[in-house]
Amino acid sequence: MNILAHIGRATLALLEETGRVAIFLKDALLQGLTPKIFLRQILEQMMRIGYFSLPVVGLTAFFTGGALALQIYLGSSRFNAESLVASIVALGITRELGPVLAGLMVAGRVGASIAAELGTMRVTEQIDALVTLATNPFKYLVGPRIIAAVVTLPILVGIADIIGIMGGYIVGTRSIGLNGYAYIRNTADFLEIDDVTSGLIKAAVFGFIIAVMGCYHGFNSKGGAQGVGRATTNAVVSSAILILAANFALTSLLFAD
Amino acid sequence: MAEAGYIELAGVTKSFGPKHVLNGVTLSVPKGHSLVVIGGSGTGKSVMLKCILGLLHPDSGSIRIAGEEAVGLRGSARDEYLARFGMLFQGAALFDSLSVWENVAFGLIQGRHMARSRARDIAIEKLGQVGLTPDVGNLYPAELSGGMQKRVGLARAIAADPEIIFFDEPTTGLDPIMADVINNLIVDCVKRLGATTVSITHDMASARKIADDIAMIFKGEIVWQGPAKTIDTSGNPYVDQFIHGRAEGPIQMDVLKP
Ligand SMILES: Nc1ncnc2c1ncn2[C@@H]1O[C@H](COP(=O)(O)OP(=O)(O)OP(=O)(O)O)[C@@H](O)[C@H]1O
Ligand SMILES: [Mg+2]
Repeated sequence: MNILAHIGRATLALLEETGRVAIFLKDALLQGLTPKIFLRQILEQMMRIGYFSLPVVGLTAFFTGGALALQIYLGSSRFNAESLVASIVALGITRELGPVLAGLMVAGRVGASIAAELGTMRVTEQIDALVTLATNPFKYLVGPRIIAAVVTLPILVGIADIIGIMGGYIVGTRSIGLNGYAYIRNTADFLEIDDVTSGLIKAAVFGFIIAVMGCYHGFNSKGGAQGVGRATTNAVVSSAILILAANFALTSLLFAD
Repeated sequence: MAEAGYIELAGVTKSFGPKHVLNGVTLSVPKGHSLVVIGGSGTGKSVMLKCILGLLHPDSGSIRIAGEEAVGLRGSARDEYLARFGMLFQGAALFDSLSVWENVAFGLIQGRHMARSRARDIAIEKLGQVGLTPDVGNLYPAELSGGMQKRVGLARAIAADPEIIFFDEPTTGLDPIMADVINNLIVDCVKRLGATTVSITHDMASARKIADDIAMIFKGEIVWQGPAKTIDTSGNPYVDQFIHGRAEGPIQMDVLKP
């Protein structure tokens, strides 16, 4: 009995939250992504979201590419290792690991900072102050963050793809002893443009998720430092889950034939 | 009540869940007048200003500015409505990612599309009017004292020469001399610029200096409103208790006696 009530309450809370996110999303799209456009804010956010995430994303991609190469080599017969390692690293990185890992790293780094910044602005009435200065917070704060994240995440993932494949190459040629020329030729042979674009499309969707969840939780935080902390955690957790769910949906969509 | 007020509130109510904060506020401010609202802590003064600005949505009642209904405005009508206002927040609410001058110039640059260099000159001038030197303009809000932040907030509120200005506790946290400078500035906004202002204060010296009219709020209702000159002879027990700062009277503070 008690368990049923508990499940019921949790379901209701989830539905209520979903509705609130939907309303926020409507405002974000209709108000935040329509003129007037704050170019200066967009560029600033592109620096913060894209440029400053490069080291984290690059390192993640490098080590993942390397680890992947090792695993495939150890798990496969020595036989044909050249073509297997190169092709699986390239496909794995561009289709799945590049976008997902970059998305998760950026969710932790940027989603958290968006939620903390906007949350602080909310509880210190800075968002109210924006309104009284005849500036729509959706246009000034939310729109630029969404645009910047949607534009920069594919660029980040493109770079992550290159670094990840390089990681695989370095491990493959240095520690496994594969032939470097054959590795590169195999990569080029196996990799199709669709593999890369599917990953970039995923990246754009993940960027959207990260910015919207960060802004949503920041905008709705209340009650001082504790509330801002809660908003930050919720932004990271919810965007991570949504990224993984969206990844599954996108994979089945993009690779269905 | 001969002339219709420029700002007219009628029966405005606002609750947060079970907590009734405003219980039918009715208030009228003629154009070019300075109204001071006094009242105890937590009686809903800040909430009232936020309702007028549309930052909070009243549960019922009507708010009219120059005869135009403001409750429920949306989109560009709301932007136009808000462009008439300047607001000093109780906690200053400065944008901490922007420098002081950018804070002051914000409404000019974003709202009025003024060139940055020109907006900067005006910002520096407004900072001068609140007793801050031009070099303060390049600092960030976190580098200022509480009183300095308040004065920057004040400069930001008046920067675009709005028609209606709300000051939420403009002199709280200032020394008596600076408080008087700010009082003069508020009087000047009304007299010289013809602004209509609503100020909230606990500081009776400030209230006497800047008010044309005074209203007293208690438990979410206006219990008295009248010309500032008559405040000492109002005959209203709430007002008398408040202006003399007595613990005994109709306003009971819920405190535990030791
Ligand atoms: N966003 C909110 N959510 C819930 N309750 C609120 C909110 N804003 C204000 N209140 C409550 O409304 C009441 C009135 O608050 P308000 O800020 O208007 O007081 P005030 O008259 O300005 O007091 P003070 O002189 O101390 O500034 C308070 O009891 C406060 O707890
Ligand atoms: Mg207040």
